[in-house]
Amino acid sequence: MRAYNAALMSAVQLAPTRFRPRHLLGIEGLSREEITLLLDLSDSYVEQNRAREKKSTLLRGRTIINLFFENSTRTRTSFELAGKRLGGDVVNMSAEASSIKKGETMTDTATTLNAMLPDVLIVRHADSGAVKLLSEKVDCAVINAGDGTHEHPTQALLDALAIRRHKKRLEGLLVAICGDILHSRVARSNIHLLSTMGARVRVVGPPTLMPAQIERMGVEVFHDMKKGLADVDIVMMLRLQTERMQGNFVPSVREYFRHYGLDYQKLEVAKPDALIMHPGPMNRGVEIDSEVADDVDRSLIREQVELGVAVRMACLDVLTRNLLSNTEGNGK
Amino acid sequence: MRLPEGAIAGRTPGGRGGPALAYVNARLLDPATGMDAPGGLVARDGMIADIGAHLAKAGAVAAQGIETIDLGGKCLAPGLVDIRVQLREPGDEHKETISTASAAAAAGGVTTMVALPNTHPAIDDAALVESVARIARETSLVRVETYAALTRGLQGKEMTELGLLAEAGALGFTDGTQATKDAQLMRRALSYAKVFGKPILQHPEEPTLSRGSMNEGEISTRLGLPGIPAAAEIMQIERDLRLAALTGGRLHIPCVTTAESLRAIREAKARGINVTCDTAAHYFALNELAVGDYRTFSKVAPPLRTEDDRRAVVAALKDGTIDAIVSDHAPHDQDSKRLPFAQAAFGTVGLETLLPITLELVHKGELTLLAALDLLTARPAKLLGLPSGRLAKGVHADFVVFDPDTPWKVEAKKLVSKSKNSAFDDRLVQGRVLRTVCGGLTVYKV
Repeated sequence: MRAYNAALMSAVQLAPTRFRPRHLLGIEGLSREEITLLLDLSDSYVEQNRAREKKSTLLRGRTIINLFFENSTRTRTSFELAGKRLGGDVVNMSAEASSIKKGETMTDTATTLNAMLPDVLIVRHADSGAVKLLSEKVDCAVINAGDGTHEHPTQALLDALAIRRHKKRLEGLLVAICGDILHSRVARSNIHLLSTMGARVRVVGPPTLMPAQIERMGVEVFHDMKKGLADVDIVMMLRLQTERMQGNFVPSVREYFRHYGLDYQKLEVAKPDALIMHPGPMNRGVEIDSEVADDVDRSLIREQVELGVAVRMACLDVLTRNLLSNTEGNGK
Repeated sequence: MRLPEGAIAGRTPGGRGGPALAYVNARLLDPATGMDAPGGLVARDGMIADIGAHLAKAGAVAAQGIETIDLGGKCLAPGLVDIRVQLREPGDEHKETISTASAAAAAGGVTTMVALPNTHPAIDDAALVESVARIARETSLVRVETYAALTRGLQGKEMTELGLLAEAGALGFTDGTQATKDAQLMRRALSYAKVFGKPILQHPEEPTLSRGSMNEGEISTRLGLPGIPAAAEIMQIERDLRLAALTGGRLHIPCVTTAESLRAIREAKARGINVTCDTAAHYFALNELAVGDYRTFSKVAPPLRTEDDRRAVVAALKDGTIDAIVSDHAPHDQDSKRLPFAQAAFGTVGLETLLPITLELVHKGELTLLAALDLLTARPAKLLGLPSGRLAKGVHADFVVFDPDTPWKVEAKKLVSKSKNSAFDDRLVQGRVLRTVCGGLTVYKV
């Protein structure tokens, strides 16, 4: 028996990676094992990040380009730190500073950057499917840092990591995702991830911010916070994405907060140990009450940001390992 | 029409001024008369001079010294009449020209194209209708007709000179791929156009509800794409049916895609409202799943719908509710399609796949061969008052020779059309055009 276990362990260690995809474009399609692998690896990077010496050499000689067609501070910084802590060279490109402003198409930008032989491209774009389109034009690994209202896989992974570290499991938990589901890539990625891992997901929000036939994604739909939050383990708030709105989805911020803003009164119906999450940046007084957001006993919001770096290190780790196992370098 | 390569004005057999040319040993298919029998025809001076069973045998006219082509029993049907084609000339010649579209049409067995007026500038003036006709005379291999804009510059505000446009040859009036929002203007247009006996064509999408990029439902939600609900179509159609009833005007609804829309049109026809409709080949051959992982070639307007809707379109083709099948040929270059889905242009090319995609309905047993051809020839021609779309003595010698069974694979890059944005790229189809004859001259041959 002992020999058998030893053989099993060495087999696990020998396997170069169990994460097969070349890119990380979304959570949809990832298996339970692949997600677990990423979360386990992230846990180890949390330790590295909390140590005094935060830097390793895993990505020494590797080039990572942060290509952000849409503004972002926290996600870009998080990816930048992740790359640097693994010893890689990280370059940031944002829409303002680049040739995109001069009229170059997205695919031309991708081809140009590809010619500089990066190992990983981290891409954010305002259009759903844009990162997938770009990934078809390049030879390196691509990480989706958010595409339109489609997916934001690293956010879902860090959310899952935060939950797992506190609840010790994902399976069987009841999670409510609340607010502007329609415009939220975070909601979609979380729905895929949490359902794959065996959690039950509710979506709560006004009908105008609920995408068509969302129930077909295996979630329960609620329009009343008091009902939607009943007995949940996790309350995940979403930002009211005012910049994405093309019309009148809700009449006023005041009315929105009254019905869908998270405060202690609405939180009463949740489990006593229910935890509160938010992908940030928060609109205090719009979707979440300040006191709730800052409640150290219940709010995971600050920890989510910390874990984000670890999760992104894990993603860079597995994707560059794939590159290693395929080729020596990636020049042609 | 321009002469096809190798033809000589006044000399080439079958064409104008040339000697007669006989096509014998064919399976003659003429939906207008219900003919499906062995036979042949003689083309002389661009017209059909003789047709019938007596020309079935190879050598039937050899004694008269007429040059003869033996078709080896292949199908011979009227050239297809495609009543919804976007030519892109004038204005977007980098996507398609009348000349390149005509070559694609010839390759697809289409001998008459009716163009939408949504060019740059829009065809909103009699002089522009005449200019399209002139360019077609000089550069097209097949017949080109055109609709004219319903409002100046397709702006939806001021009615164009419908009477003068009709006199110049416009077959109907439409603002192309956008619906006329103003109900009062639409009412007056339907009413006024009665004088000239021309239909008003109205794109079936309520403009404020159709700003999305694909059918609204589970797939659009998963892909995070803004959806266009099926209700946007029925709302526009129901409003216009009421205006048609109010005015007694003639309404044609192109590209109908949903079960509910078809039910409304079926009922309106039964009530005696003067309405006709068509659908495009992609609406009975594909559903919303074709969008897959953001395939922009499958982005069309109205959007591809659910499987239930697709089946309803097939049923409406069978029961006669739909009057014609069109290609809705909408060429777009790479720069308009190699974009994130929401930014990409709407439309697919379709001239070269119109026949094989329609034949899928025959191979699946949904339609007889004659009924399928009827929807591509006689019925659309009759709808617009065109003399073509049939095989008879004294009509233009416009016909297509094809083998309904030949299997082949659609490869977008091999298409003749200048643009390669085909929603049917990589599709395995059956039925191949072998020869297209327009005005007695062979404009395409395998």
